[in-house]
Amino acid sequence: MTMPQSPQPAQSPVLVAPDAEAVYANLKTIVAARLAACAPGSVAIVGIHTGGAWVAQRLHRDLCPDAPLGFLSSAFHRDDYSARGLRTRGEAGKTSIDFTVDDADILLIDDVLFTGRTVRAAINELFDYGRPRSVELAVLVDRGGRQLPVHAALAGLRTELIAGQSMRLKREEDGRFELTLEVR
Amino acid sequence: MKLTIAGGHLIDASTGLDRVADLHLADGRIAAVGEAPDGFQADRRIDATRQIVSPGLIDLSARLREPGFEYKATLESEMQAALAGGVTGIVCPPDTDPVLDEPGLVEMLKHRAHSLDQAHLYPLGALTIGLKGEILTEMAELAEAGCVGFSQANEALVDTQVLSRAMQYARSFGFTVWLQPQDAYLSRGGVAHSGPVSGRLGLSGVPVIAETVALHTLFELIRSNGCRVHLCRLSSAAGVELVRAARREGLPVTADVAVHHLHLVDVDIGYFDSSYRVVPPFRAQRDREALAQAVADGTIDAVCSDHTPVDDDAKLLPFGEAEPGVTGLELLLPLTLAWAKRSGVPLATALARVTTEPARIAGCAGGTLAVGAPADVCVFDPHAPWVVSPTTLRSQGHHTPFAHREVLGRVSTTIVGGRVAMEINWGQTPIKIVG
Amino acid sequence: MRHPQLNEHGELRHLLSIEGLPRDLITHILDTASSFLEVSDRAVKKVPLLRGKSVFNLFFENSTRTRTTFEIAATRLSADVVNLDVRSSSTSKGESLLDTIDNLAAMNADMFVVRHSQSGAPYMIAQHVGPGLHVINAGDGRHAHPTQGLLDMYTIRHFKKDLTQLRVAVVGDILHSRVARSDIHALTTLGVPEVRAIGPLTLLPPGLEQMGVRVFTDMKAGLKDVDVIMMLRLQNERMRGALLPSAQEFFKHYGLTPEKLALAKPDAIVMHPGPMNRGVEIDSAVADGAQSVILSQVTFGIAIRMAVMSILAGTR
Repeated sequence: MTMPQSPQPAQSPVLVAPDAEAVYANLKTIVAARLAACAPGSVAIVGIHTGGAWVAQRLHRDLCPDAPLGFLSSAFHRDDYSARGLRTRGEAGKTSIDFTVDDADILLIDDVLFTGRTVRAAINELFDYGRPRSVELAVLVDRGGRQLPVHAALAGLRTELIAGQSMRLKREEDGRFELTLEVR
Repeated sequence: MKLTIAGGHLIDASTGLDRVADLHLADGRIAAVGEAPDGFQADRRIDATRQIVSPGLIDLSARLREPGFEYKATLESEMQAALAGGVTGIVCPPDTDPVLDEPGLVEMLKHRAHSLDQAHLYPLGALTIGLKGEILTEMAELAEAGCVGFSQANEALVDTQVLSRAMQYARSFGFTVWLQPQDAYLSRGGVAHSGPVSGRLGLSGVPVIAETVALHTLFELIRSNGCRVHLCRLSSAAGVELVRAARREGLPVTADVAVHHLHLVDVDIGYFDSSYRVVPPFRAQRDREALAQAVADGTIDAVCSDHTPVDDDAKLLPFGEAEPGVTGLELLLPLTLAWAKRSGVPLATALARVTTEPARIAGCAGGTLAVGAPADVCVFDPHAPWVVSPTTLRSQGHHTPFAHREVLGRVSTTIVGGRVAMEINWGQTPIKIVG
Repeated sequence: MRHPQLNEHGELRHLLSIEGLPRDLITHILDTASSFLEVSDRAVKKVPLLRGKSVFNLFFENSTRTRTTFEIAATRLSADVVNLDVRSSSTSKGESLLDTIDNLAAMNADMFVVRHSQSGAPYMIAQHVGPGLHVINAGDGRHAHPTQGLLDMYTIRHFKKDLTQLRVAVVGDILHSRVARSDIHALTTLGVPEVRAIGPLTLLPPGLEQMGVRVFTDMKAGLKDVDVIMMLRLQNERMRGALLPSAQEFFKHYGLTPEKLALAKPDAIVMHPGPMNRGVEIDSAVADGAQSVILSQVTFGIAIRMAVMSILAGTR
């Protein structure tokens, strides 16, 4: 069941995958503006594996290389464990938070925001480490279709995909992003 | 009652019979082969076309569990199983409860079997009181009560002085001592053949030397006292070699093997299946091949079932705790036929191993179709298949490694003492007719 | 015949032994364990994967130590843990093993962790329980201790990285050791090129060569240039008669001392499944020394058991 959405700017149906690098550039500008309002290095950048982690790494390198950087796996708190089993990604895809979460201001990064369930699981994981002062969500693409009350304050692109469409982030060997659009 | 078994393929090693002919029975004995005697009018004619007609099988070891273990099986059920397997003569070990070490107990058992009027029962008496290996039994009295030999079943007799004297005493009367060659100390605690499989599975092993050390000891004793010994349940290639040498030397020994040892090896235990828990244990490939070869060339005289019904509670336990034993009366024939086929042994020779030879070893009449011999006959189709399962087995013991397997060889008629003891119509529900 | 611990899709339905575990499944368990390691370092030492699930520890053979690590692992996964100290009933009358299992299954258990003194007991249990009930073998007789084998492999991988270049020696009472058997299977499955067994002939089971092992009765020769030394506890409680004259003589020829350790590679690691008999199979100087990774094994053991439980509970 899709929750009724608050009014969005009118969009035409998406038939072609957006230019990922352009979307990233947009996100970078928005995030930079947001970070400018805070003391340098005071906001921790935390990416959600796997795509969110890639975006977080690039934002961290481009905007605030001295800020704390962490990664979250949603595997332990997913709500589809009974149906699909445990889906961890080994050494590469595990949670790694090496700064103090208590009282931290955290910018949570994900690649494509859809139902909101992954973000919910990632936030649960984050709270196992402590009690942050604030958590804001920034995503590369908000594709609509929310099933939980999760909102991305910052987004490189907001669009509305139809049911059955899925959007994925890929990373090329040279680090460049690519977005793909599939219909199931 | 006069019976004619018509048109069957008669096979009997003792008389050299191996052709299609009629068999005529009268007054509980074989009356004639081929043409009926003058004036012979059969009361009943049994059609045996396309089937084998052989002497009834004689099983050198089948536990009937009476007296004392009636929760595992009873004489009624096991006698039915015997007849269904074409077995007309059973030698039973003395490890009942109480042990068959007193003439009174033997008489009771024989009386009970006789009143059921099915297969012939040839009990083995205990060699020592309670099988404890200390005090000799009254062997002469036991023989008079009907024992065909003396045995320690699976119980150890470690005191070599007692063993030696028991053999000497038996020799005085010309009795045969039936012993399983297994050294008590070397086999202590073992549950599987000591080798790579037991090593891998973490099961305590019974090494081959448990059998060979015991055989060496027995042969030395026989050389000194001349007692006739029947070796029960050989299990290893090394054991076979020792027996071969002993026979060449002329020692008075005979030997048998349990039919399942001609088919299965230690690897078959698989994932700790307690159906494979037997004594002696299933050994390795080369042991199985040596046993099969030895039965073919006669080094091993006879094949038995070692029928040992075990109740569910005693089998549904971890391998090392499960009670050893498999059900086998109904499988003796099909498994012997399967061994013969695999080893390229002629049917007449194979059948001799379960008829003529056991009769000779047990010293009983039977195992022959000679004119004048008791009319114990088995009619069977060697090619007919059936599936081994609790519904097809008549024994109360259902535990066998051959469960749910298809075997070839179906008995259709079993005759004991000239009377039809069982007829099986394999078409639909099996019909049991006694008398 | 399919191994009873795998379902028809080749997924892990029970964990009964390392033998019969495909290599990629072993690797998957090790990889999953690495995710669980740092759960123990968080403020909230729990993840909700097994929340609402009941894990029954069925220990027919006493072991506070192993039972405790399984209990900790299950608790960190938010499972409800029930401990049952059922004595092995070979001499005592009473409920049969399968009746006990049936009664417990009727209490809607999701997972049994079973330790039994008889080899093969967990197989019997696994073949008897219905779908949805998972069995973990916590040690059966001399046969297997798969979680120990897995945590030992994790330990070696952690310190040595590449297993395909290693020489590993297993030392001591291998005849009676389920840990040794599981370790040997795991090492050979993961491609360790040389596995050595060191001990007196009375403590070596038949068929080791068939398991891919080189046998040594001379410890000095056996330890030469070895990368990993896995010491085994001398199992007093399992020895039945005439296998060894004394613990002293055993220590002199098969105990790990600093002098013998020096024969191995300089960066060799020393492992022991515990509990240790100091002065019998291992010298205190070695047990507490720089090359000992024995305490790490304990830490890894909890993560491995969490990994196994969560993989099993997630299998349909």
